[in-house]
Amino acid sequence: MKTFNYHAPKDVKEASKLASVNSAFLAGGMTSIPSIKLGLASYTDVIDIKHIRKLSGIKVAGKSLIIGSTTKHAEVASSKEVQKAIPSLAKLAGKIGDAQVRNRGTIGGSISNNDPSACYPSACMALNAIIHTNERKIKASDFFKGMFETALKKKEIIEAVEFQIPEKSDYQKHPNPASRYAIVGVYLAKYKDIVNVAVTGAKSCVYIDSDLSKKLSSNFSPSAIAGMKLDSSEMNSDIHASAEYRANLVLTYAKKAVEAC
Amino acid sequence: MASLVGSRVERKEDKKFLTGKGRYTADINITNQTYAVFVRSPHSRAKIQKIDVSKALRADGVVSILTGEEIAKDKIGGLIAGWAIRSQDGSEMKIPANPPLAKEHANFVGEPIAVVIAESLAEAKAAAELVNVDYKVLKGVVNTAEAMNGETIHEGIDKNLCYDWLLGDRKAVEEAFAKADKIIKVDLINNRLVPNAMEPRACVTDYNTASEEITLYTTSQNPHLSRLIMSAFGGVAPENKLRVVAPDVGGGFGSKINVYNEEIVCSWASKKIERPIKWVAERTESFLTDTHARDHVTHAELAVTKDGKFLGFKNETIANLGAYARVFATVTPTYLFGPCATGVYVIPAAYTNVKAVYTNTAPIDAYRGAGRPEATYTIERLVEKAAMELGIDKTELRMRNFPKQFPFKQTLVHTIDSGDYGAGLEKAKKMSDYDGFEARRKKSAANGKLRGIGVSSYFEACGIAPSAAVMSLGCGVGLWESAEVRFNPTGQISIYTGSHSHGQSHDTTFAQIAADELGVPMENIDVIHGDTDKGTFGMGTYGSRSLTVGGIAIVNACRKIVAKGKKVAAKMLEVSENEIDFKNGEFVALKSNKKKTIGEIAFALYLPGSRDSDFKSQLPDGMEPGLIETAFFDPANFSFPAGTHICEVEIDPETGEVKVEKYTAVDDFGRIVNPNIVEGQVHGGIAQGIGQALYENAQYDETGQLVTASYMDYTMPRADNFPEFNLGFTCTPATTNPLGVKGCGEAGAIASPPAVMNAVIDALGGQEISMPATAEKVWRACKSMKKSNYKAA
Ligand SMILES: Cc1cc2nc3c(=O)[nH]c(=O)nc-3n(C[C@H](O)[C@H](O)[C@H](O)COP(=O)(O)OP(=O)(O)OC[C@H]3O[C@@H](n4cnc5c(N)ncnc54)[C@H](O)[C@@H]3O)c2cc1C
Repeated sequence: MKTFNYHAPKDVKEASKLASVNSAFLAGGMTSIPSIKLGLASYTDVIDIKHIRKLSGIKVAGKSLIIGSTTKHAEVASSKEVQKAIPSLAKLAGKIGDAQVRNRGTIGGSISNNDPSACYPSACMALNAIIHTNERKIKASDFFKGMFETALKKKEIIEAVEFQIPEKSDYQKHPNPASRYAIVGVYLAKYKDIVNVAVTGAKSCVYIDSDLSKKLSSNFSPSAIAGMKLDSSEMNSDIHASAEYRANLVLTYAKKAVEAC
Repeated sequence: MASLVGSRVERKEDKKFLTGKGRYTADINITNQTYAVFVRSPHSRAKIQKIDVSKALRADGVVSILTGEEIAKDKIGGLIAGWAIRSQDGSEMKIPANPPLAKEHANFVGEPIAVVIAESLAEAKAAAELVNVDYKVLKGVVNTAEAMNGETIHEGIDKNLCYDWLLGDRKAVEEAFAKADKIIKVDLINNRLVPNAMEPRACVTDYNTASEEITLYTTSQNPHLSRLIMSAFGGVAPENKLRVVAPDVGGGFGSKINVYNEEIVCSWASKKIERPIKWVAERTESFLTDTHARDHVTHAELAVTKDGKFLGFKNETIANLGAYARVFATVTPTYLFGPCATGVYVIPAAYTNVKAVYTNTAPIDAYRGAGRPEATYTIERLVEKAAMELGIDKTELRMRNFPKQFPFKQTLVHTIDSGDYGAGLEKAKKMSDYDGFEARRKKSAANGKLRGIGVSSYFEACGIAPSAAVMSLGCGVGLWESAEVRFNPTGQISIYTGSHSHGQSHDTTFAQIAADELGVPMENIDVIHGDTDKGTFGMGTYGSRSLTVGGIAIVNACRKIVAKGKKVAAKMLEVSENEIDFKNGEFVALKSNKKKTIGEIAFALYLPGSRDSDFKSQLPDGMEPGLIETAFFDPANFSFPAGTHICEVEIDPETGEVKVEKYTAVDDFGRIVNPNIVEGQVHGGIAQGIGQALYENAQYDETGQLVTASYMDYTMPRADNFPEFNLGFTCTPATTNPLGVKGCGEAGAIASPPAVMNAVIDALGGQEISMPATAEKVWRACKSMKKSNYKAA
């Protein structure tokens, strides 16, 4: 393994100052450490943000649920507040990877990484999330830019994610049987006048399926989308699933999500 | 004293393993040790034109870099194939040289080319990246079915064919087929697996410059065999100058039978650099270079009458050996496969033809079941399909073709000493509520789900491999086992066994049988294995042989102990030997009822002239002192466990996901020594078999890159993939050993793949799909089903 400098700053300001083009923040380390070990990434500086108190925690404020960026998946899964405000989000967190990953991986790490098959990005999209950083507030729809690509700048640190509490919601995931990442994950959130159907795993980046969302916004029932043919031309095809199969899963899980609401 | 054999004694090993006190090869560190990292071929097939190590040699901490050229210069031999198989035209099998470091050609991704030895692991890794190998990349031969049409991989091995082996009589089979009412046909792929032992392979080698002895600590299932092979074929050191220690080993499943390149290279190199060397595989190296498993392409046919009588069986198989032939590689798809492919049935005419081919993929060798899972999959798919096509209940069809008498002489090779296949099937039906299945199927259908039930009746030949049987087949050396039972003067007992425990719990099982034989508490018995400096030569553990062969050697050695003890007791109790009875650890003079415990006898044998005896010897005239006995056991035949497994699955047709809802296994392992341990073995085997049927698949792309080389892509099953297993046993004691035991280690992995696949295919209305039955494959099959076949809600 290549050597690097390890920093454990006490606050966000110091962490941001340390960041450079050759650095990485260390949250759960579930992606960054394996990448370093496998030689896929190398950094001169690793900036550990786990010890910055203010970045962790869960709270409900009015119509929002706010989760600190270094809050672990296991904490979100078992949180009474989350279970009450947005139960589907607790369910999502409880099905990420395996117990080891859930006890280390963080929401901030997950969305900054923006893995095309990660779960949280779909929740951000469906739940109209606002990403709070040390510099600004970014709407989820502006945050996820492409495969492993986000709107974050190098010295920018996610402090918290603010979700808009829906009337109803559900998350359905078809896990990769090996890694348990999402082959396809469908996050459905119903608000007063609108239904958002966000999809992860199917394409190179999370997206809102506007057809499904529109149809369900006008008629919130499984029959509204039954028999639809989804365009699979831009969907991923790999050893785990073909594009055609993924398209089927998106529709099937959208239906199951409506049924579960 | 109650018999310990048969009771659920707690495992002696639990404390050590559950409290993290195991000592594995990677835990061993020797002062002044260096670290080895191997430079491996990134190509599946390439000519090695030049290896430039100059830059790497200058890197920090590098001690030495060695290549195939140096190892050839020192005349170190390569890896070997252990069993001679002849082609049907009488010619010998074709075996390519397999040098420990490839010199001219690399033949699979991961094949070692050079070793970099440095002061630290990090330095060795960094330097390995600086070794510059100039490859001329060639087109790899990857596909099993196409291998014979590919370019020649090894010079002089035409069509990449190792052998074209035939067992059985083609003409008799054709005649039988001519009389059939129906011919059932299947085309099967037995998917390639990666064994995935929890502990990756590792070795630590230590050369003593004074004694000139090499000590090799390694992850092996058979340290004595490893030493023999390294010495006799590798020329690494004479056997008396090579000590092989396999300490705690975290699972093998066959993948740790072979002596591997790394062990040979590090042992040799340690002598060259006169320093200890440590090498521990990374998980990726395990995926790429541990021997893989299965990988057959089979066409098979079963000739039947309309009332379901089996007349004949054909089996045409291509078996992939990978790049080289390893220790059990050539026997696995032949004698471990062909004779078992007719299953538990009377089939008067049968043949199996196997073409074993080389490809540019990791070598394939024995893996839990070795040949017998492939055999069982072949026959049990055929039988299930026959039941469907004939419209006969699948259990009834099996019943009609079971042998009614034992010993049962099969058409091919085996004479099975004991069994009662009908009893196993009946019990499995009852335990699984087979008769209530249709109601459960309806209930699933009402929820929009497809439910299926699959049966697999199996037998297997294990306790590998009795000399008499093997020699009569003309294919190799017989595999007996040894044991030494040693009393201390104060009465505790050390048992040295040539078997090796890497998950099988020998410390417990062997102590149980010895405690029964000797009438002493289990706590007084220690079982010692895994070190060529301790105990006699032994063959190791694989092929469900440890209890049926190794355990019996222990029994026999114990009986010799008792026989010697009896002579001493007779003298001490002043009666003749035939007036002494040995029971519960005591030698009793029948008439007087005077007794001597076995501990007292042991004491007398070490200190014959004690004060109690007025300093006169208590031993019969001419008897040697000491109480140590050795036995070698070479059974008359294999052991033949059998049983029936029944699996029930439910499929969600919208996603294709298969859920194993119920799994029932009824096995006949003869007499069971420890039900806890046997159940554990069955659980593990079933888990691996369900893994093969639904999840696991080692996939190479067309260039020969392994695309499933990590746990992100290779699906190891997890606990939540399984229901609670429902286990039952029947018992027909084996007649070929004094305990009546049969092997139990592999049965789960042998019986389960067809049970699961038969259930999936049943749910799919008979549509055939290949293993692993992944969600997408099943979804596609569901799509092509008529909706009327399952009544969606
Ligand atoms: C076996 C396995 C299975 C998994 N399965 C799933 C799954 O099913 N679903 C799923 O959604 N995910 C899954 N994951 C991903 C996991 O949940 C983690 O969320 C993810 O690995 C990254 O989170 P982390 O906290 O470990 O981040 P780290 O690895 O510490 O960091 C990842 C990247 O994010 C950056 N970063 C971290 N925190 C911040 C911050 N606050 N501000 C700015 N940048 C930051 C770092 O610089 C780094 O580049 C899986 C991972 C593994 C290893």
